[in-house]
Amino acid sequence: MDIFLQQIINGLVLGSIYALVALGYTMVYGILGLINFAHGEVVMIGALTALTVVKLLAGSGLPGPVIALIGLMAAAPVCMAIGYGIEKIAYRPLRKAPRLAPLITAIGVSIVLQNLAMMVWGRSYHSFPAVLPAEAHEVLGATFTDLQVIIVLVAAGMMAGLLLLINRTRLGRAMRATAENPAIAQLMGVNVNHIISLTFVIGSALAAVAGLMVSANYSIAHYYMGFILGLKAFTAAVLGGIGNLAGAMIGGILLGLIESLGAGYIGDITGGFLGSHYQDVFAFFVLILVLVFRPSGLVGEKVAERA
Amino acid sequence: MRMNSIPGTILALAAAISLIGCGNKEEPAPQAAPAAAPAAKPEITVKIGHASPLTGPQAHIGKDNEYGATLAIEELNAKGLEIGGAKVKFELISDDDQADPKQGTTVAQKFVDAKVNGVIGHLNSGTTIPASKIYFDAGIPQISGSATNPTYTKQGFATAFRVMANDEQQGKALAQFAAKTLAAKSVAIIDDRTAYGQGLADEFKKASEAAGLKVVASEYTNDKATDFKAILTKIKSKKPDLIFYGGMDPQGGPMAKQMKELGLKAKFLTGDGGCTPNFITLAGAAAEGQYCSLPGVPLDKMPGGTVFKDKFVGKFKTEIQLYAPYVYDATMVLVDAMKRANSVEPAKYLPEIGKTSFQGVTAKIGFDEFGDLKDGAISFYEYKGGKIEYVETLGGTPEAVPAAAPAEAPAAAAPAAAAPASAPAAAAGEKK
Repeated sequence: MDIFLQQIINGLVLGSIYALVALGYTMVYGILGLINFAHGEVVMIGALTALTVVKLLAGSGLPGPVIALIGLMAAAPVCMAIGYGIEKIAYRPLRKAPRLAPLITAIGVSIVLQNLAMMVWGRSYHSFPAVLPAEAHEVLGATFTDLQVIIVLVAAGMMAGLLLLINRTRLGRAMRATAENPAIAQLMGVNVNHIISLTFVIGSALAAVAGLMVSANYSIAHYYMGFILGLKAFTAAVLGGIGNLAGAMIGGILLGLIESLGAGYIGDITGGFLGSHYQDVFAFFVLILVLVFRPSGLVGEKVAERA
Repeated sequence: MRMNSIPGTILALAAAISLIGCGNKEEPAPQAAPAAAPAAKPEITVKIGHASPLTGPQAHIGKDNEYGATLAIEELNAKGLEIGGAKVKFELISDDDQADPKQGTTVAQKFVDAKVNGVIGHLNSGTTIPASKIYFDAGIPQISGSATNPTYTKQGFATAFRVMANDEQQGKALAQFAAKTLAAKSVAIIDDRTAYGQGLADEFKKASEAAGLKVVASEYTNDKATDFKAILTKIKSKKPDLIFYGGMDPQGGPMAKQMKELGLKAKFLTGDGGCTPNFITLAGAAAEGQYCSLPGVPLDKMPGGTVFKDKFVGKFKTEIQLYAPYVYDATMVLVDAMKRANSVEPAKYLPEIGKTSFQGVTAKIGFDEFGDLKDGAISFYEYKGGKIEYVETLGGTPEAVPAAAPAEAPAAAAPAAAAPASAPAAAAGEKK
């Protein structure tokens, strides 16, 4: 039982990490109908920037959480600037282009960012100083750390905050109007360019938070980390219903649970025929099943294709 | 007018570049090309290829290898050797294989096209194995200082040699260490599904079962993973005494850390891929009291270790990372065979490599019929107080004693020659 509970905790934490990143994907998609494949790379840059600052301050005697917060303060503006720049350079000129064109520039941007990060931070693995509490607690034979609790809470909090922002504020209303029909929104006095830029900036700030959390949790960061993370988060967003904020959270956690329970039990269930390296196969199998029966994801609604 | 000036500039540039190029290349000996060779003695340039990752996560280890080869080449050039009546100048052509199998074969082809006389490398098993076919087809001898996957020498390629114990030997020693020194009764095995990780884990598994250990779980991850909680939790339920990981430090370090977070009491043991300072950085306090193995013996226990270290640090102003002494030896062994064959032609000196009996920096080097190092030793280390501390050495000849003295005379090829003399032929015939 304690092992099962532990696997649930593992899945929950892993899932929250996916959800943190998936929120950024889904928000941009919800407003623009565009999959920002470079989002994983923004997360990576957030992680490495935060890491650099935290490393500088690690010996300064400040309390750990304060250092982490300063790291975040440094990473957020960098990510926001990058998000703003990506939109302006790579997506805005193509807004009227066929749907495939922005997808391809997105992949291009992702490669460019990866290589830039490689030039700045080198190719080696960096270790994240232990500034956040990582002591293990034990409940019913299962262990978890403070940091893992923080991650789950931050993911949930971020989702709630975004829901509030989009459904309860003036800016949110403008975002929804832009999502519905940019041309009409423009006629109603919404500065569409401004709103879209803001969407990217907010999404990138979330990426900075995600980057800090991920690298602190695994105490490791390197230039390639954004790729796999982005891919998994994208899967989570699709699983939950891309464009839907609650869906990103649900999809993330579901994916985390599937992976962790899959790795934990596939071997026993199949009598050793399939091993734990089939966890990804398992995850994508579930994704396919969901998409066959609910093409717009678990909680996604059918969104009218924009002309 | 504009049209004219551009070619002019290009010409000037080209001239400048070629001047720079010349200035760089021919710094040690005045001339290599036939152009200005004085009447005295014919001089030949012997090209030796060296391949390792010079960029990427393993760039520091790749550069270390290159330094080892550079040191050997410069010493050989300083000696002014004569082979087959001609004065020989060695030229090292070092290239970056990025630890990538595809790039590895590209580099290998480049070496073949450049007509190198021999190759030192590559660093990784994953690049060494595909490249070895290209060298074999071209008949170019290859000695790796660090590739440990058993497959490399088991393909029936007469051109493939290594001066380091392979994973079969390492897996056996690891199991022996687990059973005897760590007194483990049950073990869980994780590998990263790479040629190296899987190979080592498989050898360890075989040897553990033979040594009476109970293998309670075999789990898998990949070489880009960061989260191992799920498989570690599963392993926790099986309560092993020891967890063995076959893979590199970017996974091994975080894995040891996550073990502690999950409250696993088992010891952690990993192979040479995790026996690095980087492992300790990534694992943090969780590294304390865990173990790893490295083929060979620690530098201060090598016959010529301290001398080599002084030379290395004096020249490159940096510490030895890992394999430099082995690469140095590999280069020396290659040239030693040329000397004995009195030829730099690959076809002529290749048979001599199999007969090697050479007192190197790392050990007394000789090869078995596959081209593997005879009596390769494996040493064990414990991560202690942020350092990697020597525990013991298993296997190998008692090499620390014989050559503590000055030594390093290119030993006579005679004694061991008889048996392995037919090595290349036998190996080639035995296509597997």
